[in-house]
Amino acid sequence: MAAAAGLHAVLPVREAGGTLATDLRGVRVVWRRELIRFARDRLRIVTSLVQPVLFLLILGEGLSVIARTPPGVSFKTFMFPGIVGMTVLFTSVFSAMSIVWDREFGFLREMLVAPVDRWAIVLGKCLGGMTVATLQGVIFLALAGAADVPYDPLMLLELVAIMALMAFALTAFGVLLASRIQQMQSFSVMVQFFVMPMFFLSGAVFPLVGLPSWLNALTKIDPLTYAVDPLRHIVFEHLTVPAAALASLDPGVSWNGWRLPVGMELGIVAACAVLLLGAAMVAFSRE
Amino acid sequence: MHARRAGREPARTGIGPVPIEASVPTIPEPAVAVQHLRKRFGDFDAVRDVSFEVAAGETFGLLGPNGAGKTTTVSMLSTLLAPTSGRAKVAGADVVTERGRVRSRIGLVFQDPTLDEYLTAEENLRFHAELYGVPAATLDARLDQILDMVELSDRRHDVVQNFSGGMRRRLEIGRGLIHSPRVLFLDEPTVGLDPQTRAHIWTYIESLRQSEQITILLTTHYMDEAEHCDRIAIIDNGEIVTLDSPDALKARVGRDRLEIAVPDPEAAIAALGERFGIEATVSEGMVAFYVSHGEEFVPRLFAESGLTIHSVRMSRPTLDDVFMAYTGRTIRDAEASASDHLRESARRFARRR
Repeated sequence: MAAAAGLHAVLPVREAGGTLATDLRGVRVVWRRELIRFARDRLRIVTSLVQPVLFLLILGEGLSVIARTPPGVSFKTFMFPGIVGMTVLFTSVFSAMSIVWDREFGFLREMLVAPVDRWAIVLGKCLGGMTVATLQGVIFLALAGAADVPYDPLMLLELVAIMALMAFALTAFGVLLASRIQQMQSFSVMVQFFVMPMFFLSGAVFPLVGLPSWLNALTKIDPLTYAVDPLRHIVFEHLTVPAAALASLDPGVSWNGWRLPVGMELGIVAACAVLLLGAAMVAFSRE
Repeated sequence: MHARRAGREPARTGIGPVPIEASVPTIPEPAVAVQHLRKRFGDFDAVRDVSFEVAAGETFGLLGPNGAGKTTTVSMLSTLLAPTSGRAKVAGADVVTERGRVRSRIGLVFQDPTLDEYLTAEENLRFHAELYGVPAATLDARLDQILDMVELSDRRHDVVQNFSGGMRRRLEIGRGLIHSPRVLFLDEPTVGLDPQTRAHIWTYIESLRQSEQITILLTTHYMDEAEHCDRIAIIDNGEIVTLDSPDALKARVGRDRLEIAVPDPEAAIAALGERFGIEATVSEGMVAFYVSHGEEFVPRLFAESGLTIHSVRMSRPTLDDVFMAYTGRTIRDAEASASDHLRESARRFARRR
């Protein structure tokens, strides 16, 4: 009760809601919360590095026994950009799925009842997931040396830019899924149904050449293909590799024999990002 | 509890608009005005035709068993649910057409926790304050003030995960206030807490209305908590059965309640009706009825009724009796039946969505 004595100052009621400034502040607040939670959860940072490291060092090393790469290029080098993509994929989707967690523990309601437009909440969440997944990817990039990939500043910068773009698209995808999920248990089902196929079809673990036509068709439908290919292309640009090796390890993505330029591939990813973000916003405005 | 109520009186007349006509020259707009509010879930009427007004500065309670429609009413008033029909204005804004305005003018403390357990107490408050547009210049001072009020200043940098149930609830109440809302909704603010913590929470709520000059609308199914309110609406089966101050409600019942344990309740009810013209009912295994002067009636009961009576319990009117008088059952009896029905309906409704 003693505390009550000093509480005379009552703030004037401010009208929030409806203005762009309020909504942008909402975006920032939701984004910052993602960062705080990421920074606090050191264990998660470490554990989510375990899977890509296992893929790169154990699977990459193990498969290189049978997967014969042209001389001068190790299989680990081939896999490296794919595993970068995998790190971003899983971190983004997991980060978006925290909405399901928020729903279960009530915090989603705290956000949804605020006098802030729903689109701002969704955008903040997507930007948060993007930042977190990109940071996680950057941490993984530190292992480039273990895969005989040089630490070229320009290359690293280009990789970070692509990671950010794909992380945004994937978080938007995750948020869209999360809008339809009521329980945490459904999450692993979603991962099995959407995320694993996306990962395997993206060319992250094997080059997309000489595949049976049905598999070839599926890899072209997978949007992640158009993010993994630029990652790999940029890494190989900074290696000195014989032309024959390039053709088999960095074949690019072709439509009817026409090889898509990197710019167009990234354009496809950006278009997916916009569509998924829009869909996620619509899904949450109905909640 | 009564001592505290008595102690509060002078302060209330000082700041509160409670005797409205005396302190305010023009009739102010009520903080909450509800007209014929209804909500249907499928074929279940959760709230049917509820109307009431809450004056600015008043603490108003919705009292009723679980499943009576209290939370549904609060959800509609806080714009979380769209009413099926009827109108409501909260802090001067319409809950259907001016949802954004309503939301920025109210504070909400839900029955279920809505804190981020991975953030610290201060981060939870900051998140909320910025979302509600508390100006950066005043935010730090306001944070200190709120943390002081809910006595969590020394834990402000602790992650909420490590907080007890009472601390969490205090933090939630503080959070609901940080943007200086005009109306604070508290949905079952003390449910699931131990009695000591419940009493503690009430101390805060009482100090709040003085320091923040705020209108509070709360729901509870604890009779003793309803005593803290200026006025209470007793709600049952989605309808308001009566509405008045706690004292006025008790005065209306005005009679003592007697409960007797007998081997054959049916026979006892018949005998009471025949000999004394008393209408008795079975409640929680006892035969219960009301008489004007209990202490004089008990000797007559033994002398004249001829019943075998194992025990007698007499009580002065409480809000429980008010509830009993208006609904024909105790709040616990009501909960046993109503909550089953509501849970079943809610399940069916959820499945359909």
